[in-house]
Amino acid sequence: MRLISAFLIGGLFGAGLLVSGMTDTRKVQGWLDFFGAWDPTLAFVLGGAILPMLLAWRLTRTRAPVFGGTFPKPSTEGIDGRLVTGSVLFGMGWGLSGLCPGPAIASLSFGGAPGAVFMGAMVLGMLAAPPIIRRVSAA
Amino acid sequence: MPIEWIQGLLGGLMIGCAGAAFLLLNGRVMGASGIIGGIVDGSGRSNFAERLAFTLGLILLPAGLAMARGGAETFASDNLTLLGIAGLLVGLGTRLANGCTSGHGVCGLSRFSLRGLVATLCYIGAGAVSVLALRHGLGML
Repeated sequence: MRLISAFLIGGLFGAGLLVSGMTDTRKVQGWLDFFGAWDPTLAFVLGGAILPMLLAWRLTRTRAPVFGGTFPKPSTEGIDGRLVTGSVLFGMGWGLSGLCPGPAIASLSFGGAPGAVFMGAMVLGMLAAPPIIRRVSAA
Repeated sequence: MPIEWIQGLLGGLMIGCAGAAFLLLNGRVMGASGIIGGIVDGSGRSNFAERLAFTLGLILLPAGLAMARGGAETFASDNLTLLGIAGLLVGLGTRLANGCTSGHGVCGLSRFSLRGLVATLCYIGAGAVSVLALRHGLGML
């Protein structure tokens, strides 16, 4: 059941990204272009996505996950250099390409060579993270 | 209201319902970079199948929809060097920060998480600077 649910939820997420236009990199870069011809679409997407999540987090207070286990606890790490540095690097790549991880995966089937190159590079970047984190925390 | 905004709101609600279902049914935060990152670096071995099922759904359903529509709009850039650099930054950055637009943005902000808010402001700010440099500075977009 967990697997069927995860598959269908991944599909719904992907369909939402497609319907909202977030797999179109011009929309994303248009939203980030605050100093040019600003495209507000992404604000509607984020707002629409947060509404059901507000309700869901509220429901976690009084119940347990349907398929067992416990709800994820908030991170105890606080605001640190790793969070800020990582988010800035991510934002730079997001602006350069108009792609973040969800839409990059959702558009793999129709993204052609540009999508495949981005995805391959993203996987390499993910592989580079653990050794860098180990080195920094050891220093 | 332009049709793109309504589609954005509708698609956003679908994304939010997916996140709500993943939380309430599977008990997990729907963060794309975390789910795929755990497959890539092996840190998600304990729930590998669940991650893979999610990722397959995320690839296959949009594939079917795009086919039914006769294609989908995708890329503004076909500069593969630029996309390669961007991909490296996105992969490394989201793993360092432990989250991306879906995890810190959608799931974090709706939980009133300070980490989610700081991360979201950082990546939107950096993204805006990138677009500014690329479009208005270098004229590459």
